[in-house]
Amino acid sequence: MWINGGRIIDPANNRDELSDILIRNGIIQEVMPAGGPVPPGEEVLDATGLWVLPGLIDMHAHLREPGYEYKEDIASGSLAAAAGGITTVVCMANTDPVNDNASVTQYIIQKALSVGLVRVLPVGAMTKGQQGKELSEMGLMKEAGIVGVSDDGRPVENAAIMRSAMEYAATFSLPVISHCEDKNLAATGVMNEGALASELGLTGITPLAEEVMVSRDVLMAQYTGVPVHITHISTKGSLEIIREAKQQGAKVTCDATPHHLLLTEEGVRTYDTNYKMNPPLRNEDHRHALIEGLRMNLIDCIATDHAPHAKDEKDLDFDLAPFGIIGFQTLLPALMKLHLDFDIDFSQILACVTKNPAKILGIDGGELSLGSRADITIFDPEATWTLTEEMIVSKSRNTPFLGWTFTGKVVRTIAEGKIVYSAD
Amino acid sequence: MNWPHKDLIAIADLSCEEIYTILDMSKSFKEISKRDIKKVPALRGKTVVLLFYEASTRTRLSFELAAKRLSADTMALSASGSSFAKGETIMDAAQNVMAMSPDCIVIRYPYAGLPKKLARELPCSIINAGDGAHEHPSQALLDMYSMKEHFGKLEGLHVAIVGDILHSRVARSNVNGLKKVGAQVTVVAPKTLLPVGIETWGVNVSTAFDPVVGEADVIMMLRVQKERIHEQYFSGEREYAYFYGLNKTRVDKMKQGAVIMHPGPMNRGVEITHDAADGTRSIILNQVENGVAVRMTLLYLSLGGNVNVD
Repeated sequence: MWINGGRIIDPANNRDELSDILIRNGIIQEVMPAGGPVPPGEEVLDATGLWVLPGLIDMHAHLREPGYEYKEDIASGSLAAAAGGITTVVCMANTDPVNDNASVTQYIIQKALSVGLVRVLPVGAMTKGQQGKELSEMGLMKEAGIVGVSDDGRPVENAAIMRSAMEYAATFSLPVISHCEDKNLAATGVMNEGALASELGLTGITPLAEEVMVSRDVLMAQYTGVPVHITHISTKGSLEIIREAKQQGAKVTCDATPHHLLLTEEGVRTYDTNYKMNPPLRNEDHRHALIEGLRMNLIDCIATDHAPHAKDEKDLDFDLAPFGIIGFQTLLPALMKLHLDFDIDFSQILACVTKNPAKILGIDGGELSLGSRADITIFDPEATWTLTEEMIVSKSRNTPFLGWTFTGKVVRTIAEGKIVYSAD
Repeated sequence: MNWPHKDLIAIADLSCEEIYTILDMSKSFKEISKRDIKKVPALRGKTVVLLFYEASTRTRLSFELAAKRLSADTMALSASGSSFAKGETIMDAAQNVMAMSPDCIVIRYPYAGLPKKLARELPCSIINAGDGAHEHPSQALLDMYSMKEHFGKLEGLHVAIVGDILHSRVARSNVNGLKKVGAQVTVVAPKTLLPVGIETWGVNVSTAFDPVVGEADVIMMLRVQKERIHEQYFSGEREYAYFYGLNKTRVDKMKQGAVIMHPGPMNRGVEITHDAADGTRSIILNQVENGVAVRMTLLYLSLGGNVNVD
């Protein structure tokens, strides 16, 4: 396949120019200045006026299979990812059964292969059943294909077990992904703690619940030398702790979600449960800090925390509805919005969903180099469109971005040389 | 003049003038309850459904009496014994009630936000009788009515609200209302029972009761729930009563002419002793009496009655 005349933006190779790409056998064979002769007989994909990007890597998502197929399954999730220009989905372990052993890992990988759209790379649980008590079989899961360990939404509370889990993970060169939340501090909270929560009569989640655990995990990384990746940070304080740790040379990385970068707690005013997620949306002060953190390269990655929930569950009272929103199909348009609204270099933002997560996870992809996987997303930077429920390919439609008009639209997604999504 | 609101969800949605309209009209409705025949045909043919998904005696009785004295037909549904106990969602229950064409639903609910959602989605009037820790507008209106009845005015009054401000919808509604009518509010509670962001409420905040006791025209005591001890909000009833209870010593220090209020139900011996609750300063039972009149006004206005102030 010959991708003709697009603007190639590839942060891994510092490339931003009009180029042609030749793909054969799922591999990038050639990247050359635009205008070269098309090899005779080659299928041509015209990308004139479009951006050609490395396929996106979403390092934090929930595909819900096995166990919660009514919310999402690997097939519907893969389809949604492809529609969002995501060619690698890293899925969390909070399935039923929990992905804490090689059999579950194999099931997920086999299922994804049979669906055959995007690459699905599972994260294994750090502890058995995500109970925070006994270490999981990380080594066996690694052999089965996990790319990291995390207890995600059920963070390891016991610091001694966290330390062991980190050192055990390092034994198998598995990155540790930490959802930082002190569950006692967060308690029964459902939104950001502050004046708005008090006004609405909803229980708050203090920023401290996150920051206390970020501090702990950063100290652990510094002491043990084991790298830790802090996922979906939401507060100014977390960013500050991470900034200092990075300055001191600690192996600490972090990601933020598009929703924490684009939305604030104000959305909760109507008690719309599509604004209920964990960590909660914070106020403008925190959001602004995150945007500046992105600009300053303190935030390494952007991940969706794609968390599908059925309408019946989300339609409950704000206090009772589950946390989480979907995010695959709005990821790239959200990045575009960050680029346009805050004048942050697009290539820098793109690195947060391509080369940076690839590096942190130690996986291939996220680049358009000779010989690398032909995972490519073709993006129309000019197209404007409005998100409606009908456009959502996920099984669940829980997103606060319904009705938003975005600039920039995924037109083709190519995974290992195969077109897995076409907008038209 | 027509009343511009289909629903009453929060005091925050009312203007100062609208609050006074309700208080003024309640005066004439109060007179009805003093008659021998306590019934007028104002809402004849209208149906009021009382959906009470949380324990309530006073508020439910009060709304029911208010509706009946205006000749509306009433149906009451509570959480236990209803389909709620069988796992039906509240939205399904509300849609089912709606299918029977009520004119008004009065809702009491343990979580914040539902009345607002019902108001948006159902064509009938919704009156919030308390949702979680959000608002309890009819309580604040009857409280303001009682203060105005006693003092002849609201502007310039100094009202101290004492107790579990954090979890109290009564406190939120009263603060919202009293600020609008130009009263001064001081909230008193241990720091653990004060909401984060209280500094944005436009009230005085004190963690000590004693300096406030002699300053306020109205001391409104809030019920403190025993569960809060287990949730580590305070150490126990003994210490709470000592620092935040309204007892004889404190009653004696109150300003001349100052009154005591409580939305009920009271924990006697904890936030209030009998000297305070049953003494000459107490207007607690006036609050209950006025509740019926204020709720008659709210039902009357919400169901299309004309604003009528003499």
